[in-house]
Amino acid sequence: MPVAKVNGVEVEFEPGMTVLQVAELAGEEIPRFCYHERLSIAGNCRMCLVEVKPGPPKPQASCALPAAENQEIFTNTPMVKKAREGVMEFLLINHPLDCPICDQGGECDLQDQAVGYGRDDSRYDENKRAVEEKAMGPLIKTVMTRCIQCTRCVRFITEVAGVPEIGLISRGEDVEITTYLGKAVASELSANVIDLCPVGALTSKPYAFNARPWELKKTESVDVMDALGSSIRVDSRGPAVLRVLPRLNEEINEEWISDKTRYAVDGLSRQRLDRPYLRRNGRLEPATWAEALTAAAERIKATSADRIGVVAGDLQDAESLKAAKDLFGSLGVTSLDARQDGMALGDGPRESWLFNSTIAGIEDADVILLVGTNPRLEAPVLNARLRRRWVAGALTVGVIGEQAELTYAYDYLGAGPDSLANLSKSKGEFLKALKAAKNPAIILGAGALARADGAAIAALAAGIAKTYKMTWNVLHSAASRVGALDLGFVPGEGGKSAGDLVAKGGADLLVLLGADEIDLSASDAFKIYLGTHGDAGAHGADIILPGAAYTEKDGIYVNTEGRVQLGQKAVFPKGEAREDWSILRALSDRLGKTLPYDTLAQLRAKLFEDHPTFGRIDYVATGVSPDLAAIGAKGDLGAAAFESPIKAFHLTNPVARASVTMAECAAEVSAAAKIAAE
Amino acid sequence: MVGILEDKDRIFTNVYGLHDWGLDGAKARGCWNATREILQQTPEWICDQVKASGLRGRGGAGFSTGLKWTFMPKTESERPHYLVVNADESEPGTCKDREILRNDPHLLIEGCLIASYAIRAHTAYVYIRGEYVHERERLEAAIKQAYAAKLIGKGNVHGWDFDLHVTHGGGAYICGDETALMESLEGKKGQPRLKPPFPAGAGIYGCPTTINNVESISVVGTILRRGAEWFAGFGRPNNTGTKLMAISGHVNRPCVVEEAMSIPLRQLLEDHCGGIRGGWGNLKAIIPGGSSVRMIPAHEAETALMDFDSLSALKSGLGTAAVIVMDQSTDIVKAIARLSYFYKHESCGQCTPCREGTGWMWRVMERMVTGEAEMKEIDMLLDVASQVEGHTICGLGDAAAWPIQGLFRHFRHEVEERITNYRIGKPHVQGASLQAAE
Repeated sequence: MPVAKVNGVEVEFEPGMTVLQVAELAGEEIPRFCYHERLSIAGNCRMCLVEVKPGPPKPQASCALPAAENQEIFTNTPMVKKAREGVMEFLLINHPLDCPICDQGGECDLQDQAVGYGRDDSRYDENKRAVEEKAMGPLIKTVMTRCIQCTRCVRFITEVAGVPEIGLISRGEDVEITTYLGKAVASELSANVIDLCPVGALTSKPYAFNARPWELKKTESVDVMDALGSSIRVDSRGPAVLRVLPRLNEEINEEWISDKTRYAVDGLSRQRLDRPYLRRNGRLEPATWAEALTAAAERIKATSADRIGVVAGDLQDAESLKAAKDLFGSLGVTSLDARQDGMALGDGPRESWLFNSTIAGIEDADVILLVGTNPRLEAPVLNARLRRRWVAGALTVGVIGEQAELTYAYDYLGAGPDSLANLSKSKGEFLKALKAAKNPAIILGAGALARADGAAIAALAAGIAKTYKMTWNVLHSAASRVGALDLGFVPGEGGKSAGDLVAKGGADLLVLLGADEIDLSASDAFKIYLGTHGDAGAHGADIILPGAAYTEKDGIYVNTEGRVQLGQKAVFPKGEAREDWSILRALSDRLGKTLPYDTLAQLRAKLFEDHPTFGRIDYVATGVSPDLAAIGAKGDLGAAAFESPIKAFHLTNPVARASVTMAECAAEVSAAAKIAAE
Repeated sequence: MVGILEDKDRIFTNVYGLHDWGLDGAKARGCWNATREILQQTPEWICDQVKASGLRGRGGAGFSTGLKWTFMPKTESERPHYLVVNADESEPGTCKDREILRNDPHLLIEGCLIASYAIRAHTAYVYIRGEYVHERERLEAAIKQAYAAKLIGKGNVHGWDFDLHVTHGGGAYICGDETALMESLEGKKGQPRLKPPFPAGAGIYGCPTTINNVESISVVGTILRRGAEWFAGFGRPNNTGTKLMAISGHVNRPCVVEEAMSIPLRQLLEDHCGGIRGGWGNLKAIIPGGSSVRMIPAHEAETALMDFDSLSALKSGLGTAAVIVMDQSTDIVKAIARLSYFYKHESCGQCTPCREGTGWMWRVMERMVTGEAEMKEIDMLLDVASQVEGHTICGLGDAAAWPIQGLFRHFRHEVEERITNYRIGKPHVQGASLQAAE
């Protein structure tokens, strides 16, 4: 490996590294604004200037300069210090001195670096520049006077998000960052520019003037808004979750999160079920825990086990699913189902419902076939990876299903099952690429699997995957789904599926664990709802047991690739609400079927014992593929086109539906769609 | 004799447009003569000849043209090579390329063919500034003639397939920077790129590219016809050849003239321009290389030679050899403030020192003009200029700093006087009483 000297210390480095990276290897911190590891190099802020020998007798931008063998890099000479101080002065002359009212205060790169390189006073006597605010939608608040034109936001939106709607217009000191015609940025990842902005030009609109970073309690947790399980940091103050930020996780979300992950949290303090309710004389009335649990237990005891159904929702943690399964299993109930959408996977090998390529591993694929899925809406962060892979070149994508704008080009192969069945007879570049592919992958979504002919489509797709040696991937959109399937939270012998349970006369008693995405209008069963929000499930319920949302409990979630992750409790459940597993534990007492665990640790021990896959925290198997012949079942194929399960990206779960911010975003999207339709 | 260069040694024999600019006229003047024989030589021979002639880039930086060509890959890979001609002549004071474009376009076209052959390119672009509408039309007409005569194009008489395209900018000074020019040529916003990669490695569309000034390319044909020694015979070593010089300002007859390099500046002005308005004694200062170089005062202009080395020894530069003459009537502070405004206006805004610094310098300069500025601001201004100079992606930052540095190097006393005078009788102005007490 080549060797360079940084301030006289020899460092070995990988060929192709920049001077900035080499200096960091040597432990030297290089100040920067425009440079970002995951974006292209702009080299425009000039803060990272260093002295390099051999080289011209002037400071060089280290972010853009390739390191060379035997190069001498100096980061602490008077010339470097003076140069950086000069750049800092230039950045500050037109930057407003409004730190006391700026939301970036305390986590501002410019503030931090001004401490190191700023002057104690200003030599600039002219008027400061003022820039008009820009409309960037309900998420991004702009104070463009603070902008230092680093163009990180432009590069992110163009390169990562793939919607080139932010740009730098005009020139000289009049340059301005703006959106295309001043409209909101139409990306599911748009709010990441807030994190990228090194100053307070782009800040979080919903979080504006709410808190200072040092007031917040930071809890590292896992996201449940989609099935990727992105790593997040939950920032809370007292009982309120104020914001969610991404955490670095190279294997899942890198350092991005979707707008829904970031902004649905205001839904955690609205429409909450904060006490038990009982339906008396047709009206839901507040009740005590004792009343509610007794009423529930009596009702369960009075109903025969084969007339009881348990439906689990999309946000449930694995522990509450385990407790529910143990409890109702001991009562002889076999009608348990976590697949509200009726997805036809759940029997057979575990790999049959996993994203076997793994999220990071999908970047090794050279041909990808998307069937009945719109990853841009179902897993925006994964979609950004697919886009990056596509931008890097030599990736062919084929789509069967909706013809959506995915931010990368693809071969459109058809809309429905017949197109899938006829793939091998299709004419076009895609089949040629597929045949020649070294590492092809198929990604199936709920659009293909969650339908009456889902099992037949799964079998068909598995056959195609086998023929072309494609890695089998299922892209879920529900955070609880893989965990539930791993637990076997599916109908047992003689049990009914979720769809059958909610049909008229399908069951006498329905226990709904946060099940809000299923149509209950036909059901005439008595309903016990355990959940967090006054959403669809709670509306028709006869007994409501208030549970804890994902930020209010320690919980295990398994993401779509089968990675077991631990969510952490950031705040306490609202009001009288309790953690879900403990409610089920209390209920079990009253049913005379006491569950054999008194603490979460004991419950987890039991979970790990019964289902060993849960014990492997943050582990994901690579290179495994299911027995493709065992997937799905023979059956007639329907004619209907595949439809993505996500109609409105911002409104997919009870937390998001309770969120004002998400409602504003959804309104923005539908308004844009209306204009587009005209 | 007027000047040094004899008529028989002029390359641009139609620089005043007195003769036919078209193909017939150009051929009569020697253009396109023996081009075929030149192209029968190897590309290396051409590069060697151009190197031996000592031709240095005529766009301002003065980098050896022949040497630049040798940076191109020796064999063409799947990425084609390109020649780009920089005709975005936008520097205040510089107006030499337009005379070539409108009066001797065939010299440029021939040069493009030869240079393309030397760098193994089959396509060349001429990027012409947006305001040169007439020049563009003239060049396009000349290219049409050359195509019609099969001098260029596919299957031309010279045996080297070659296409020449003309494209024009929107009138931004920054697009004269070679990397910003490439961005603009690709249809993007004209902002300079980071170097490395250098254009010879990854230029337009990521392909190896050589960018040359119009004049550098236009002289190549004649150099090869008459021999490198002939060209190297003019001027001092390291500063050889002939050069179009554009003299504007307070001379009796402003003009563009081809002269031998290293001609004494005074001789250039007196022989070709009829001297300074009001005589040599009326001279105040000269900006010898286009607006971006530092000025030299009259006593230095007395002995200066018009070449790279002599002028850089005077802390100025030859630049494009666009001589801006200012006599004693000039408000020299105001002149430089106007240039500062130009650079502030033309900064692309990409990198920090130039974006913020040019506006700052201009505003301070405007106050220097009236004398409203404070005395300590002179040193502050020079400090700011030094923080812009050499800290930017492209050379515009340097170009903005140099005129100011030149001004204070030679005429600091004038600014100081102006500031002092402004304060006389104005006790309310900050610092006035202090200075009065001194």
